[in-house]
Amino acid sequence: MTVLSDPPVGSFRLSMLIYDSKYRSYTFQFIALMIVISLFAYLGSNLLTNLQAAGLNISYGFLGESSNYDINQSLIDYSSRSTHLRAAFVGALNTLLVAFLACITATIIGVIAGVLRLSPNWLVRKLMAAYVEAFRNVPVLIWIIIIFTILTAVLPAPSAFRGENPDATMLFGAIAFTNRGLYLPAPIWGPGSLILGVIFVASIIGVFAYRSYATKLLFDTGRLLPMGWPSFAILILPTLLAYFILGRPVTLEYPELAGFNFQGGIQILGSLIALWWALAIYTGAFIAENVRAGIQSVSKGQAEAAASLGMRPNRTMNLVVLPQALRVIIPPLISNYLNITKNSSLAIAVGYMDITGTLGGITLNQTGRAIECILLLMAFYLVISLTISGLMNVYNNAVKLKER
Amino acid sequence: MSDTHQQSIGFVRDSMLPQVAPPLGETGIFKWMKANMFSSIANGALTLAALAAIYYLLSGVLPWLLNGVWQADSIRECREILDGKVGGCFAVLAERWNQLLFGFKYPSELYWRPTLAFVLLFVAIAPVLFRKVFPAQMLWFSALYPFVAYFLIWGGSVLIPLFALLGFVLGYVFYSTFVARSFALGSFGGILVAMAVWYITGFLPIEGVLATEAVASRDMGGFMLNLILGTVCVSLSIPFGIALALGRQSDMLIIKWICVVFIEFIRGVPLITLLFVASVMLAYFFPPDANIDLILRVIIMITMFASAYIAEVIRGGLAALPTGQYEAGDSLGLDYAQKMRLIVLPQALKISIPGIVNVAVGLFKDTTLVSVISMFDLVGTIRGPVQASSEWNGVYWELLGSAALLFFVVCYGISQYSQWLERQLQTDHR
Repeated sequence: MTVLSDPPVGSFRLSMLIYDSKYRSYTFQFIALMIVISLFAYLGSNLLTNLQAAGLNISYGFLGESSNYDINQSLIDYSSRSTHLRAAFVGALNTLLVAFLACITATIIGVIAGVLRLSPNWLVRKLMAAYVEAFRNVPVLIWIIIIFTILTAVLPAPSAFRGENPDATMLFGAIAFTNRGLYLPAPIWGPGSLILGVIFVASIIGVFAYRSYATKLLFDTGRLLPMGWPSFAILILPTLLAYFILGRPVTLEYPELAGFNFQGGIQILGSLIALWWALAIYTGAFIAENVRAGIQSVSKGQAEAAASLGMRPNRTMNLVVLPQALRVIIPPLISNYLNITKNSSLAIAVGYMDITGTLGGITLNQTGRAIECILLLMAFYLVISLTISGLMNVYNNAVKLKER
Repeated sequence: MSDTHQQSIGFVRDSMLPQVAPPLGETGIFKWMKANMFSSIANGALTLAALAAIYYLLSGVLPWLLNGVWQADSIRECREILDGKVGGCFAVLAERWNQLLFGFKYPSELYWRPTLAFVLLFVAIAPVLFRKVFPAQMLWFSALYPFVAYFLIWGGSVLIPLFALLGFVLGYVFYSTFVARSFALGSFGGILVAMAVWYITGFLPIEGVLATEAVASRDMGGFMLNLILGTVCVSLSIPFGIALALGRQSDMLIIKWICVVFIEFIRGVPLITLLFVASVMLAYFFPPDANIDLILRVIIMITMFASAYIAEVIRGGLAALPTGQYEAGDSLGLDYAQKMRLIVLPQALKISIPGIVNVAVGLFKDTTLVSVISMFDLVGTIRGPVQASSEWNGVYWELLGSAALLFFVVCYGISQYSQWLERQLQTDHR
């Protein structure tokens, strides 16, 4: 009698590392790991040899030393006696400032241009298409330089504002566009302005409270309260009343021409404006395309269904089309924000002191600590990018279509 | 009852009225304008605003363009000729076109070489871009083109590109011999053979053998540099990007994490920091005697940058493919390499084309960033040698405008091509 049995389960043989698909993947992973490790070992040993030959070492001690350079625009106290670390911090804040301003402006420009690209008006449609194509197909560096050149070469010098018959005049007597930057009136917070601030915050909360009450009333009883003008009134009126009752606690300090330059007020550097607007207009063109694609992605049937339920056009837009379009618009919008943050490193081309200009520019050149500076610079951008993309993943999971 | 109707005279028309043309507002251009530009008050206001914007733009730009001066030696002479009128000083383009296109150090008697390389570029990419129009044999020239272009632009011994080619040929011969036995053996063996050939030929004394006049890398500049960086980095980054995307999708944990870390790291930092790495940091990571010039270091960094972005695009394409396609490959008994090569990648790459083209256009625009690390590409040449010269100090719009125009033409052309290709490849929903 013959006994049928399974083929004998062989013990592990060396050839299985290549021919058995179960073990083969371990072989590949091992090889890959070895290649990566040896690559890093090779680069690291080269680095050590080179550093030794140049008499250098890796140390972050220079961050505590005095920086010895000035930064022309700073959100926190800084002088040339501050440390390199503080200079880097000023730069980081400047990066965040320009990125924040550019993100907001780009969103506004992009949404307007994207909606207008779908307008029934032929001329406007074509004009917006021309804007989008012109800005998407030319490097952002060239736009930054062009806008910077407009600001420095075309705008008048502060001296042009002097004399009986000046060549240039201030807008509303308060705002001066000069080739050294933009001068704006600065608010002076007098006594009582704290109360004013509290009232303003309270009225913002009031607006939200009113809107949620109106929504609740609508759902409970079907009564529809007006939303637009009451919100506006709640936002503005109490603060305005309090402003006059408290005797105008907030006044404006106007920039005055003194000597060869303006004194007082807020000065916004031309390099900041150039970077801000170039990034905003450039990225706005990309956002416009996203917005258009998002609105077009909502099928026409949705709007028609809303209309057949008797909804008015703006409610159709607010309640039916936009929530669905946002699902498509927001992820690329966030990645555009990331692009703005990364492109803001081009500040170095116009001399705006962002973190690439301080840490990766002057500090690097002064101390010669190239490796340390660039690693810190990369770490800064990496932290921002990973944080934002982490938040984006959370959002994506929240709005993902829940199917089955 | 009223009897008005009995007394009124019945009216019966006894002849047809002649046909009348429709009212002016309902035909041709007027109807079109009414429907498309003045359909409502808000719409009309928008139209007027748009017209005002166009008028404002044209009234600024047209006199500047039309009054332009093309013959002058310096900006002062331009201003004398213009005599207070508005007009562009395009003489700077007429005088400095060679610097803008080739950089200010490339020997002028050799301009024909990069020009020829540029013309041949079209011959080489035509069969790749328009498969149906050109005969497939032309692809042989496309394969040879990188070596021809290198020889034309850099010059030097003809043996350098020939040996590089020899490595590829021998590697391919090895691959095609052994691929039937195992894909892994064929491809890895082929790579090893090619590297061995390059290593061995590196020892041969080929300096000056069959040589033409050599041009050093640091002499490259102008728009030529942008084009070189753009084409080289895009074409190198596609294979790397595919490998990274496949690696990121892989079941092998170590390989997957190597790819994830690489991709996320590169995508998280701005290109400018990577260029800083190329200019000040990379030299520390090579052996002390290795003299790797800046253009090569920049190519390495930009290629890494582009590969990460292309990998993400291709990963999107791989993810968009229905799982059924992978399972169909498995059920046919194909192994991983065959499944990917024959079933998955052709479809995934097709889906990824628009994304890849977007990355390519973005990368080509980003090549202007090399001007920040003091390489004289188009922007660097404008801001450096041209604007710093005493003759043309103060000329802005003519230079920046022509740079913008050059980039616009190339990038717009590429994106139009990609839209055309998308329509060509659309095989479903006809």
